[in-house]
Amino acid sequence: MTRVMDAPRIVTTKPLVVVRNVDKNYGSVQALRQVSALVYPGEVLGIVGESGSGKSTLLRMMNLEETPDSGSYTLDLSDVSGNLFELDRFARRMLCATRIGIVYQNPHHGLLMRHSSSGNVAERLLVAGERSFATLRAKAKSALAASEFPLERLDAPPIELSGGMQQRVQLAKAIALEPALLLLDEPTTGLDVSVQALVLDTLKRLQQERQITMVIVSHDLGVIRTVADRVMVMRRGEVVEAGLVDQIFQDPQHAYTQQLVHAKL
Amino acid sequence: MSLKSLTKPWQPMSYGFLDASAKRELRRKMLKSVAVPGCQMPYASREVPMARGWGTGGLQVSLTLLNPQLRVKVIDQGADDSVNAASIRRFLALVSGAPVTLDTLGADLIQSRHRIPEEIMREDQILVLQVPNPEPLRSVQPNMSIARQMHADADYGRMWLQLYEQIVRSGRVMQGAGYPSLVNGRHVMTPSPIPRWDVPKLNMAKHLTILSAGREKRIFAVPPYTRVKPLVFDDVPYRVEDHGGLTCSRSTAKGFFMNEIPQVDGSSTYEVSDSSYGVKTIQKRDGDAVQFGETWYNDGEMTQ
Ligand SMILES: Nc1ncnc2c1ncn2[C@@H]1O[C@H](COP(=O)(O)OP(=O)(O)OP(=O)(O)O)[C@@H](O)[C@H]1O
Ligand SMILES: [Mg+2]
Repeated sequence: MTRVMDAPRIVTTKPLVVVRNVDKNYGSVQALRQVSALVYPGEVLGIVGESGSGKSTLLRMMNLEETPDSGSYTLDLSDVSGNLFELDRFARRMLCATRIGIVYQNPHHGLLMRHSSSGNVAERLLVAGERSFATLRAKAKSALAASEFPLERLDAPPIELSGGMQQRVQLAKAIALEPALLLLDEPTTGLDVSVQALVLDTLKRLQQERQITMVIVSHDLGVIRTVADRVMVMRRGEVVEAGLVDQIFQDPQHAYTQQLVHAKL
Repeated sequence: MSLKSLTKPWQPMSYGFLDASAKRELRRKMLKSVAVPGCQMPYASREVPMARGWGTGGLQVSLTLLNPQLRVKVIDQGADDSVNAASIRRFLALVSGAPVTLDTLGADLIQSRHRIPEEIMREDQILVLQVPNPEPLRSVQPNMSIARQMHADADYGRMWLQLYEQIVRSGRVMQGAGYPSLVNGRHVMTPSPIPRWDVPKLNMAKHLTILSAGREKRIFAVPPYTRVKPLVFDDVPYRVEDHGGLTCSRSTAKGFFMNEIPQVDGSSTYEVSDSSYGVKTIQKRDGDAVQFGETWYNDGEMTQ
């Protein structure tokens, strides 16, 4: 395998996610420039950066919603191989539907607001071919319970729920099929600080119990510090610095990171 | 060389009303739709002397298939004698010289709106169903180009979700007419607004069914001996309307799909919806010699 980033040599496990040299332009806007990233099985990678730095764009690429101008993306799974950006629409859809879960910043992107909450979770299972009503309900319930959603609101449509509860429905939907990779785009932005803490607690607990590999995007350093193992700092479509959370927070190397960390403290 | 020698002799009207190229278009699209059961084929739908939405799709198919030997039956919600059915039947006979009949057994071609006759159709018969809305995904995906992509990918999760939602909200599947059904294990179609009662009749049927929507310009087909399975969860069985125990107040026929006739006192009486079957039952009671075919349902139970 060619080396992608200067990954620490002590790491013996193979990375689950390898994103390499991704470029993406929207007209004259360079949203991503030579972005590479590794995510190891079971770890949480945090991505921080100012607004417009390309965080969401990178996450959409990882969810195969968009194709970059160049670059490659591989997942180390038994049933997928090669550059995922080269898959056709159908193969992409099946891969996303079964192996990758995503929580969007805006619940309107991830949820059917007028369907029941359990139905939103059940849809994932239906796409994967589950055809027993009782099993659908049981699995939807257990996913919602795992994301600490109040089960008495099981069949309430998200439009009638609070922002925090909507995020929990998204989370339940994302984890319903035990995804290999969970992508979270600002899952707590816009939530009340106390609700934000509760949602983060849920995420941390899920991570500990299930060892789900996660990529979490946030412009809030506090959030990243709470849940991430490693962090990647982005600015204007480029990765300026990457490393272990403690390392980055205590000893930032890049001027931009220093600025970020100090502004926070 | 005169202009006259270059032109075809004047004809008052093409045989079967439609011109040859319109019929060729329909024949091609019918063949295509038979080749890919349940898949909607777009076609160049012509103007016919009837308003769109009144069976123009079915009419164009019938006009294309007709010949002077083909015996035609036309029904509208089971009845041969509704204004719409009678007008279409007369029009078909007028432009083709084809003989007409009211009896399912004697018909070669049956054009129908919203019902399949109660007597089992044979291999040599064709059923043409008029379709108002050919797209089963419309209720879950209003964008038709995305809906077409979903058909291509057999992406029917949303369709299933709709059934899930109905059970969660109402305790049962509320879908009545036009129950979404999987054809040949591949395409989900709407079987036109036939009642749930009629959907099982399409499964492995001996006859060819052509479904045509004139306004929406789509043709699809269920060829003979093709699987048609209504979408149902493994543990929530498919249920037809509760008509098995009802008796027709006019003909005393029992165990068929009924029309409900509300009475002034608030109660209801019932009449067998397949009017030709009802008439035959009455004729038999009066001592006439009438022939009955095997029926799909016996005492309200599907026979096969
Ligand atoms: N679909 C698109 N069309 C055009 N430009 C886009 C599109 N998506 C993103 N961009 C541009 O790409 C750049 C990166 O956007 P992106 O949404 O990835 O930023 P972000 O880091 O997620 O910001 P935020 O913190 O505000 O969510 C921005 O300049 C944005 O305007
Ligand atoms: Mg963003």
